[in-house]
Amino acid sequence: MTQHRPPSGTLLRRTVASTGALILVGGLSAVPAAAEETDANTLTVAIAQQVDSFNPFTAQLAVTTNILRHVYDSIVTVDPETNEPAPSLAESWDSSDDGLTWTFNLRDDAYFTDGEQLTADDVVWTFTTIMENDAASIASGNYVAGFEEVTAEDDQTVVIELSEPQATMTALNVPIVPRHVWEPIVEEEGEDFSDYAGDDFPTVGSGPFVLTEHARGEHIRLEANPEHWRGAPGFDELYFRYYSEKDAAVEALRSGEVSFVYELTDAQATSLESTDDIAVNIADGKRFQAFTINPGAETQDGEAFGDGHPALQDLTLRQAIVMGIDNEEIVQQGANGQAVAAGGYIPPRYTDFHWSPEGEEAILDFDPDAANEMLDEAGYDRGDDGVRVSPDGDRLELRMHVHSDRPDNVQAGQVITERLADIGIEIDNQTVDPGILSDALYDAEYDLIFTGWTVNPDPDYVFSIHTCDGLPTEPGTMQGDAYFCDEEYDELYEAQLSEYDHEARAEIVHQLQEILYREAVVNVLAYPNIMEAYRTDQIESIQLEPTEGGNIWGQDGYWAWWSAQPAEGGSAANSGGISTGVGIGIGAVVLVLLAGGAFLFFRNRSTVEDRE
Amino acid sequence: MTTTPTEADGPDGAGTDELPAPAAPGGGGRAQRVIAYVFGRLLTAAVSLFAVIVAGFFLFRILPGDPVRAMTEGREVTAEQREELRRQFGLDQPVWRQFLDYAEGLLHLDLGVSFQYREPVVDLILERLGPTLLLAGTGTIIAALLGLFLGARAGWNPGGRGDRVNTAVALFFWSVPTFWLGLLLIVLLASGRGFMPGLFPTGGMVDPGLTGPVERALSTVQHMVLPVTTMVAVIYAQYLMIMRSSLMDEKGADYLTTARAKGLRDVLVRRRHAVPNALLPTVTLIFLNLGQVVSGVILVETVFSWPGLGQLFYSGLEVPDLGLVQGLFVVFAASVILMNLLADLVYPLLDPRVRP
Repeated sequence: MTQHRPPSGTLLRRTVASTGALILVGGLSAVPAAAEETDANTLTVAIAQQVDSFNPFTAQLAVTTNILRHVYDSIVTVDPETNEPAPSLAESWDSSDDGLTWTFNLRDDAYFTDGEQLTADDVVWTFTTIMENDAASIASGNYVAGFEEVTAEDDQTVVIELSEPQATMTALNVPIVPRHVWEPIVEEEGEDFSDYAGDDFPTVGSGPFVLTEHARGEHIRLEANPEHWRGAPGFDELYFRYYSEKDAAVEALRSGEVSFVYELTDAQATSLESTDDIAVNIADGKRFQAFTINPGAETQDGEAFGDGHPALQDLTLRQAIVMGIDNEEIVQQGANGQAVAAGGYIPPRYTDFHWSPEGEEAILDFDPDAANEMLDEAGYDRGDDGVRVSPDGDRLELRMHVHSDRPDNVQAGQVITERLADIGIEIDNQTVDPGILSDALYDAEYDLIFTGWTVNPDPDYVFSIHTCDGLPTEPGTMQGDAYFCDEEYDELYEAQLSEYDHEARAEIVHQLQEILYREAVVNVLAYPNIMEAYRTDQIESIQLEPTEGGNIWGQDGYWAWWSAQPAEGGSAANSGGISTGVGIGIGAVVLVLLAGGAFLFFRNRSTVEDRE
Repeated sequence: MTTTPTEADGPDGAGTDELPAPAAPGGGGRAQRVIAYVFGRLLTAAVSLFAVIVAGFFLFRILPGDPVRAMTEGREVTAEQREELRRQFGLDQPVWRQFLDYAEGLLHLDLGVSFQYREPVVDLILERLGPTLLLAGTGTIIAALLGLFLGARAGWNPGGRGDRVNTAVALFFWSVPTFWLGLLLIVLLASGRGFMPGLFPTGGMVDPGLTGPVERALSTVQHMVLPVTTMVAVIYAQYLMIMRSSLMDEKGADYLTTARAKGLRDVLVRRRHAVPNALLPTVTLIFLNLGQVVSGVILVETVFSWPGLGQLFYSGLEVPDLGLVQGLFVVFAASVILMNLLADLVYPLLDPRVRP
């Protein structure tokens, strides 16, 4: 009965064998793949964020706005040497004395990649579309908020009339699109324009790169535009490859599969620093890390809401809290030294706008003894458990909401909890999901809460959110992030908006920061460093923005990828490590052995049993 | 060698139990009973699916956070820009209205639009379905074969050296965090540290820039090795354990004594007689896991940046991208329900003892 059947177990053995073969083939196929990648000089960036849209009117996530910055020129950019506004499509500009009429003179050698010249008409149409079409205002509506009318005086002259002064006129980071391509699309899509994905590749733009391919969740490909008026980029192609996990992206940098990784943690940067052929760039922070204190949330009509601790409406208590915290300790404990202890609101990389309390202004320096004294005098007596009670009889037990997804915030939260205990304040540390934190903020159901902003070269926006207009019209609709409202602040804010003299404006900006500091609602702790790394055997040189202490990812211009030069014989390392056929063969065999190990183990045993 | 007492309810497959009590009370032929059975199962599946759709919609609305705020966080947007987004996403409508719109869309197999991708959810799912089926399907098949194979041997000689080693190894991998194992494999076999060359890619599905179908296929296989290995290592234990205990149950059965009495070698007794009968309980497990193949292996896809449904779900949860996650939730749940339904319908064909 057993004779005519195939030997038992054949099927299984075949399966194991073919799996092994598959693995072998997979491993060996690395060789031709590696050979192929050597001819083009390619720069590969590891990214994680998804593509919302390549429609420059609606794309708003960091990855897409960043990529589109390389595809479409803007009229002005930032000079990487000086951090000042610099010519781009506009060679020069001028404003009327009242600052309400702006004239931009465009260069005459800018062409779109389909050969059409870029003229004033394209600029006018782009701005006007953003102003008039709600669906097209998603990405850049903030830049045209004060625009009255945009007209073309001739092919190379654009005139913008403002209804109110606007500080960002020399920071108009708006992608200028070809009218002849986009006007038909806007007309055809109508109401649905916001859903138009802008994925007709290759994209027609005037920037230094052309968008040619998007494999969702896999990669995005850009090709150099050799005809760009600023000169051809150093690399022929630019790949943005998806790595959902930052640790995996770091390993891909080690293996050479990617050339550049950004937003590293301190641990990742430290481990990469000692690796051959990898350069770690530690840049001055653009972001500030802060916590705000609920000063008693109100709507614009003065209706109080939320459940902030009532004692926090007292300026003395708020100031004492700030004096109880040592920002230097936050930097050391929270960020492992990879940050700068904060003074004012604007990070020091923006030298003109940065303000730091000094001398008599520095009323809130770390001084727990003085803080204790202030609280004693103001009638905050300590209870039996050492925790103070407000003059109104409320125990000073304060909730503190901390982003659980930001390790530096979590660490800083622990430091703050300890320090505030020293001055008789008990902290209920709530380290939570960003979503929960955001709900607590907008419902004003918090006492202390963490926040942070990335500050642009023009700081207008981060100040605008603390004007009284930033208060919610009804609970939950706040524009800002602190329920801050101060008349003097609002007057100064208006003044800086219409002050076009850089130095005079910087002076007002300093005063704004002093008010924020003094009122102790928005309390800046530190400016975390930017940490990123690239392979020096793939990228020979790259322009930072600004040149001193600047960053590579998230520049306001396209300097980094436009300027990057490939290393000699560089992209060879693109292949994924030292992929010698021998090494691969060995690795694959090891895997097969592992997979089949148990099988053999049993085979032998059962044979022995059978023999018995 | 230990002998496990069994309830001895499995006499050699050729079921004497095949015939249930002759004709059910109240008459009715066999065909009728089968139809009633099938109909009952379909009804149960439909009710489950409906419950899932309703629960999924409201469940995700309870998630903390606001999609518009999350998507615009850190960006310099005006209140008007936020309002426009809210309007485009339909979030300015009352929740009951949103539910009705959603339910109406479902009738046309329209799962709505993803907030962050700004694409119909159905398109996104179809795009990612292939990669997920490829990865999770391959992993499930290999894990099942490996687990069943090892489990049959472990269960045949419980307490023996092979059993102890294999069970221990399987349980070790079962308890290892998927994420950690995946990263470990990347560090050891992909990143090219020290003297170890980077043998496999660190992530993704195909090397970019490859155009030929053969090149792409080879590159895909190469990219699959580490994720599949991780997945198999983590899940094969469940097949092993089920097969092991199932075989232990069969071990004392009378039909095995008969087989031995015929003079069959031990290994043949196991393969020809014990294993086929012990396989039955694993059928349910396989169907259950097939249902989950669609939802992919979220952690494996994430750590290896595999462009599948699991990774899509992960990317939607952070926002929360309500349109996307509720759509995926329905698809995941529906596939599990469908596979359970199939298991219910197929099982009686395989095992006469449970026929209606």
